[in-house]
Amino acid sequence: MKIVVASGKGGTGKTTVSANLAYALARRGGVTLVDCDVEEPNLHLFFPGESEKKGVPVPVPAIDPERCTLCGECGHFCRYGALTVLKDRVLFFAELCHSCGGCTLVCPAAAITEVGREVGVVETSHPLPGLTLVSGVMHEGEVLAPKVVAAAKEAAGDEGRIVYDASPGVACPVIETLEGTDFCILVTESTPFGLHDLDLAVQAAAALGIPAGVVINRSDGEDEAALAFCHEHDLPVLMTIAFDREVAAVQNRGGLIARDLPGWEERFAGLWDEVAGRCEVKA
Amino acid sequence: MIVCITAKGEGADAAVEPRFGRAPYFVFADTEAGTFVSVKNELVDAAGGVGPRSAQVLVDHGATILVTGQMGGNAATALKAAGIKAYSFGDAATVAQALEKYTQGGLSEIL
Ligand code: SF4
Ligand code: SF4
Repeated sequence: MKIVVASGKGGTGKTTVSANLAYALARRGGVTLVDCDVEEPNLHLFFPGESEKKGVPVPVPAIDPERCTLCGECGHFCRYGALTVLKDRVLFFAELCHSCGGCTLVCPAAAITEVGREVGVVETSHPLPGLTLVSGVMHEGEVLAPKVVAAAKEAAGDEGRIVYDASPGVACPVIETLEGTDFCILVTESTPFGLHDLDLAVQAAAALGIPAGVVINRSDGEDEAALAFCHEHDLPVLMTIAFDREVAAVQNRGGLIARDLPGWEERFAGLWDEVAGRCEVKA
Repeated sequence: MIVCITAKGEGADAAVEPRFGRAPYFVFADTEAGTFVSVKNELVDAAGGVGPRSAQVLVDHGATILVTGQMGGNAATALKAAGIKAYSFGDAATVAQALEKYTQGGLSEIL
């Protein structure tokens, strides 16, 4: 079963939920945790360990100056501005290229071939018994986050229990993360401010036909707005994490409540069971 | 010599536009012929890469001088590689004023 942990925006505690859920599952037969927040992966901070790195290449054009007639076709085709045809050569801005392959097709002189360029890496580690952590890491200044997400998902494989930690928001990398998964856990805070962003995430999951449920984080016990939202959108509330001093203390020092506080490992295992039950109903 | 001035509208009387890649119009002034050719910038609302794509428009129109307000790094790289010099129009308000200041050597070079 493959599930995504997402949130409409950053800072809602999405990573906390993924990390604790993965910890509980690692203790119950194993899990693969995939950090798909490739611009700022941080799950490795909860689970340090030696990792194996593999580059993520994307195809980009290489222009043979012997064949190029400087006709300008490629520059006019490229909608991302990656190619500028000058009087004596073609300039290529690698970080603007979206690897669409179009310039190779339109070149009348067959002067363009595609070569690989690394836009990120996928790091795989086994920090705990039962836990495989796969992190997608996009290189600084790059734009092709979805390609790195796809590479991380591929490296994680299809077997067993898989938890994907999506990046905040609902941009393309999140859609790429959601693609092909069985369930989406949406993490929100109990304040009314987060609900607009949550609404977008709900719509994204619905558009892809992925069932979703909500985890309310940092609850102060007054969750009326969040509960009303869930009721209105027919979303089950899967878990509520109360904000108390003990929980805050563990999180402030970068700890895992499922490991450091009694009862929480069971609660996160229960969260998984709840999701599994709902997937079967929907499937 | 062809001088390109970024503008908010068409022709010599149009107001100058400080942005390069997202300027609504490029006005190409031919200093020998004394003509102005205005080209609408199709990239105003484009998602990205507007700098180099605008540089391409300048190359295509044979401009060797650009008079504008500001530009991004990729635009600067492309213009430099194309051998196009760029100047800031300073306090000039219209295309004609900016061109006059440029021909009198009164503009500061930004590239
Ligand atoms: S389309 Fe091909 S021949 Fe034309 S400028 Fe580009 S690389 Fe050169
Ligand atoms: S592959 Fe596509 S995006 Fe990249 S340079 Fe060619 S046309 Fe532009």
